[in-house]
Amino acid sequence: MSVDLATVKRVAHLARIAVSEEEAQRMMGELNGILGFVEQLGEVDVSGVEPMTSVMPMAMKERDDVVTDGSKADDVVANAPVSDRNFFLVPKVVE
Amino acid sequence: MTDLTRLTIAEAREKLGAKEITAVELTDAYLSAIDAANGALNAYVTVTPDKAREMAKASDARIAEGKAGALEGIPLGIKDLFGTRDVHTQACSHILDGFKPKYESTVTQNLWNDGAVMLGKLNMDEFAMGSSNETSYYGPVKNPWRAEGSNLDLVPGGSSGGSAAAVAAFLCAGATATDTGGSIRQPAAFTGTVGIKPTYGRCSRWGVVAFASSLDQAGPIARDVRDAAILLKSMASVDAKDTTSVDLPVPDYEKAVGQSIKGMKIGIPREYRVDGMPEEIEALWQQGIAWLKEAGAEIVDISLPHTKYALPAYYIVAPAEASSNLARYDGVRYGLRVDGKDIVDMYEKTRAAGFGKEVKRRIMIGTYVLSAGYYDAYYLQAQKVRTLIKRDFELAFDAGVDAILTPATPSSAFGIADEDLAADPVKMYLNDIFTVTVNMAGLPGIAVPAGLDHKGLPLGLQLIGKPFEEETLFKTAHVIEKAAGRFSPQKWW
Repeated sequence: MSVDLATVKRVAHLARIAVSEEEAQRMMGELNGILGFVEQLGEVDVSGVEPMTSVMPMAMKERDDVVTDGSKADDVVANAPVSDRNFFLVPKVVE
Repeated sequence: MTDLTRLTIAEAREKLGAKEITAVELTDAYLSAIDAANGALNAYVTVTPDKAREMAKASDARIAEGKAGALEGIPLGIKDLFGTRDVHTQACSHILDGFKPKYESTVTQNLWNDGAVMLGKLNMDEFAMGSSNETSYYGPVKNPWRAEGSNLDLVPGGSSGGSAAAVAAFLCAGATATDTGGSIRQPAAFTGTVGIKPTYGRCSRWGVVAFASSLDQAGPIARDVRDAAILLKSMASVDAKDTTSVDLPVPDYEKAVGQSIKGMKIGIPREYRVDGMPEEIEALWQQGIAWLKEAGAEIVDISLPHTKYALPAYYIVAPAEASSNLARYDGVRYGLRVDGKDIVDMYEKTRAAGFGKEVKRRIMIGTYVLSAGYYDAYYLQAQKVRTLIKRDFELAFDAGVDAILTPATPSSAFGIADEDLAADPVKMYLNDIFTVTVNMAGLPGIAVPAGLDHKGLPLGLQLIGKPFEEETLFKTAHVIEKAAGRFSPQKWW
């Protein structure tokens, strides 16, 4: 399988990365190079093989449902590029 | 007076304990070395001298009170991937511009609890994506090694290139690193240092910037096998904050160093003999086999038939997980923001400006292979192949093999800005051909220096072990180290 320019632009939008025409062109070649490389996986017979979900077999850990942390609003927003009174500020999203 | 930076961790521990030196003296020696060398090598992206001296002073006080921890007063460098409270933590990416977390990663907290001293944060490939440390926003790290009679700058490998270079150039006593496809073992091999990627689940991932969560594992890079064992003992823990942290006690790894390997069965996988592999890598491998045989190990040929599919499967699984993990960098909660005409435009411009080329490439691949209509063909197929890769190892271990010996890398260190590699991303990916299988199967792997090539550059061998049998790797690697000796670069910086 290979990708065309329109697919590259669609994927870039899905990934929320702005790309110029020139970048999309360059990426198309690179992505097709990588997709060509991974294509060989198709020749492996995987009939009856379970996909790996956990590399170390283990039961999911459970912990008590109690509050162990909190009241750190200042810390939470400390690294925000824009914040106001412990809210993250973003451009308007509702008309 | 002897140069304190030349002491191994084990030697420094002894001198500190005997009060022959102080932690402050040791830390000051490293800070001066960094001052003199970092302009040339670019191993550190941030140095924290005030914090280091303060921590060293506290160490001296604890030593005086007889309350020294296992790493008391030992100055370490920390890969920029580990969250360190109020200190630069950016995974060497521009998108985390100015980020200083309000928390400490479990691994680094474990080190500080044992008395270690932080010298600063180490350079790395952006988000640990790379094999040469050239994708860092802060520029490439230079390998302290150069070919004989050459002034050409070489890469230290990656992604833990800053960690490996700093250890090799005596700019820290040891360093933390992480390994998703070979990022501890390949740079260790390129710099003549020892690096171990422990079993998946041995070191907590909590507070470490995520790349590919099912593959990422922290481990140390050190000057010798004993130091690597000492560091891993402190880094590893059982952590309730990481659900994949495995509930097993951490052994005293150092005890394994020096133990006999008599009667151990070492597997030699025929699939690791790849086309175009330099003759001297093959010769090094044979030398390693001979050393282990002399030490009483039994050598057996084994087959790991799905080896060649590990790298292509990795380049589906790792980018898929990365595209998901890196979705959080959107200009809202931390790091860089580039304004746009609406919120989506802001996301797209922020991510376009904040991520470098290699990171974008991998996010794109990941987004594509997870997108509707392609998931089964790529991602599901790769996860099935991953099951087969792990099964190959299980069959070998079931047949009685205790550890597997392979080359660590297909070549010695290459030049910075190598044109061939820059032109073809897949060529760069092939650097991890011997290391990536270990991540796919979640196994422990250690790279240990075994010799120099015809250019005078270090080459390493890799040992792969059963899950949670890091002790086997330490004792076997120590046999190689004893036979091969240790390797240090000629100072040119």
